[in-house]
Amino acid sequence: MNSSSWLRPVAASSVSGEYDAFFWAMVLVCGAVAIGIAIALIYFAIRYRRRSENQLPPQIRVNLAAEVTWIALPFLIFMGMFAYGAKLYLDIERPPENALELYVTGKQWMWKLQHPEGAREINELHVPVGQSIKLNMISQDVIHSFYIPAFRVKQDVLPDRYTTLWFRATKAGEYHLFCAEYCGTKHSGMIGAVYAMDPHEYQVWVDRGAAEGSLSSLGEKMFHQFGCANCHHFDGHGRGPNLQRLYGQTVRISGGGSVTADDTYIRESILDPRAKIVEGFTDLMPTFKGQIAEEQIIQLIAYIRAIGPQPVTGAPQPWIVQPGTTAISGTQPETR
Amino acid sequence: MIGAVEVKPSRTYLDSQEGILSWLLTTDHKRIGLLYVFSITAFFVVGGFFALLMRLELLTPVTDLVSAETYNKLFSMHGIIMVWFFLIPSIPTTLGNFLIPMMIGAKDVAFPKLNLASWYIFNLGGLVTLYALIRGGVDTGWTFYTPFSTSYSTTYVVAAALGIFIAGFGSIITGLNFIATIHKMRAPGMTWFRLPIFIWSHYATSLIFVLATPILAITLLMVGFERILKVGIFDPALGGDPVLFQHIFWFYSHPAVYIMILPGMAVISEIVPAFSRKPLFGYKAVAYSSLGIAAIGFLVWGHHMFVAGQSLYSAMVFSILSYLVAVPSAIKVFNWTATLYKGSVSWDTPMLYAIGFIGLFTIGGMTGLFLAALGLDVHVTDTYFVIAHFHYIMVGGAVMAYLGGVHYWWPKISGKLYPEGLAKLSALIVFIGFNLTFFPQFILGYLGMPRRYAAYPDEFQVLNVLSTAGASILGVGYILPLVYLIWSWKYGKPAGPNPWRATGLEWKTPSPPPQHNFETTPVVTYDAYDYEAMKEELELV
Repeated sequence: MNSSSWLRPVAASSVSGEYDAFFWAMVLVCGAVAIGIAIALIYFAIRYRRRSENQLPPQIRVNLAAEVTWIALPFLIFMGMFAYGAKLYLDIERPPENALELYVTGKQWMWKLQHPEGAREINELHVPVGQSIKLNMISQDVIHSFYIPAFRVKQDVLPDRYTTLWFRATKAGEYHLFCAEYCGTKHSGMIGAVYAMDPHEYQVWVDRGAAEGSLSSLGEKMFHQFGCANCHHFDGHGRGPNLQRLYGQTVRISGGGSVTADDTYIRESILDPRAKIVEGFTDLMPTFKGQIAEEQIIQLIAYIRAIGPQPVTGAPQPWIVQPGTTAISGTQPETR
Repeated sequence: MIGAVEVKPSRTYLDSQEGILSWLLTTDHKRIGLLYVFSITAFFVVGGFFALLMRLELLTPVTDLVSAETYNKLFSMHGIIMVWFFLIPSIPTTLGNFLIPMMIGAKDVAFPKLNLASWYIFNLGGLVTLYALIRGGVDTGWTFYTPFSTSYSTTYVVAAALGIFIAGFGSIITGLNFIATIHKMRAPGMTWFRLPIFIWSHYATSLIFVLATPILAITLLMVGFERILKVGIFDPALGGDPVLFQHIFWFYSHPAVYIMILPGMAVISEIVPAFSRKPLFGYKAVAYSSLGIAAIGFLVWGHHMFVAGQSLYSAMVFSILSYLVAVPSAIKVFNWTATLYKGSVSWDTPMLYAIGFIGLFTIGGMTGLFLAALGLDVHVTDTYFVIAHFHYIMVGGAVMAYLGGVHYWWPKISGKLYPEGLAKLSALIVFIGFNLTFFPQFILGYLGMPRRYAAYPDEFQVLNVLSTAGASILGVGYILPLVYLIWSWKYGKPAGPNPWRATGLEWKTPSPPPQHNFETTPVVTYDAYDYEAMKEELELV
């Protein structure tokens, strides 16, 4: 394991350099002010120590220039800190377009990770160096937090809602993976390791783990196992909407409004099908709440995603808003 | 002796009535202040004991002294007891109760019976929480995050929350009482801008007590509802939203941070002028900054949730507001420091604590600037950096101020002087022990050690050992004053009415004060800390 130095943790991601530079700049500015105040206090306490018991020093009450200075100056410095902090935050939080998407499920007390090619791991995460990685994360029980100190990234993992985290490892090595949100008895055991690997080695590793089939092929199995295929036909004549060419599209829902068919919407439709029914369909689908694990939902989503960009063969699906036409604005899901 | 005139010493609040019932049924704000001292000291000992066990467990990277399960209960109970049963009541209910009526020239608070009721309510809440502890404790952390607390924890969550819920009414009554007292019971001539800053800060604190505590009560009630009745509020399995809890909880708990530090600032604002023999520099700026902190403090709760999944834009709003609330704190630090300039500075124990407070509060505040910076927060939030930050404010700030205040007003409270040499030594021990305990935790946090970990990777051990060593020194620093203050209660030299030659009204009455504070109602003709106006009375030249 790469060990950290006394005063600086291992820095191994695309943001860790920028992070540390800002951190130490803050240490410098704040340290200088703190030491200045300490010196002033000690100097005044010695220089103006009481010389005689009955001493009455000059009674200085206020100095407007001084007050204005130490109100305005900190304010301006604080606004600078805010601005730089916000910029760094955007760099840390906003994933680039070309990121490789992996899936994380947190549960008491382990991390389960799934690669699109099919490799699955527990409490370990293998990633290629130099490639942006986006983690789509969800918890099966309480709130957890996915934290890789060496990459300076952390994101809470919530039940019932996908959150994302991205990073780009810049140095090969093994790094700590921690749960940073207290989650019960074995919270401090919910740890693991991130292995940043040379891209070729990563490819070898991924291929080795793909024996069980890719995420979407596992999803396809689920699609039949849970009986989804019984209603969601691909010929357009099923009782449920055809799920081909759906992913990422804007869908009209009955009762007005539209929604983007993303992970969140698909997950909601599996667990709470009544929430947003596609225009032209009726409330027939049973809920799968309690019958399907979060990891299986992720596999199903991967499948629906895989059959998304199919060439158009059948009739156009009327509930999908075609690009160029305007969707009826309404219940847009909250996404991040 | 026949024929001799018996000279009866005039009665003080301590001996005007006798017997245990005269204490338990007292409506005298000074006696109630002392009753609170007993209660919060007991809670501090319990909470401190838990801290000690935690630090001992963290000496080694593995769980060997206690199990992870027990460790989780230790930090939960440490937090719950220290926050709600020590820090929040600490200064307002003890020094605040004792001093606010005297400082404004009143005989008592506006509602003396309610004041006594608040003590009983507080203790009842404390006992209920102690019951939870004795039955097996609670393991949710002091923050009770959902859905862990409502659906997953198998410990005594409801009992612990009920205790906090009950104690909250004590806080509300105290706040209400102080607001009414400060508005209606000031002596003739005691205008708002002649009030000591102690009063301004307690006024701001009281506003938060009254406005924020009900939010906590509602939050805890909802936790109880969901846990017992399975009403879906926070647990998504029941149809709730777990992050909603964090919003409501911090809407109370961030202002509660200012409940804990504003009274500390109140004490420091009295000590610094008294031991510099100068008016507090920039009186009005300091007074208004207390109100500013109380007001903006309500608008910054989201900075606890920068990685919890809120939108980028709300995070930005909370970040900028958090920087705004830092401005009034900075104003106070600069004004305290400037008060020493060209003063007549004496190095008595209260002043040592005050100087220590200013230094440590500055470090605590400035590391808050790190956490308010959005991008920096991502890595250090939920690590030991946060633990160190708020202990610098809460222990380096609030507890140092409490100790400084207890020493400063001890002659007034007890009528006796404490042993100065020993007191200075223990102030130094507290300062050294505190820094050794908590400074390494800043580094631990930056290196990435998460908080609330019973076991940790080996490379963090050296810093943890340093921290534990510091905690044992700090413990000695806290035990010493407990011993010598009790000793001085009986054996200390008589203090006289005004041993520090300070200016406040509380120093114009005998020590200990008579039952109704003043023989005659004082008339105020000058500003706070006006040594010039009082120089003949205080024999200053």
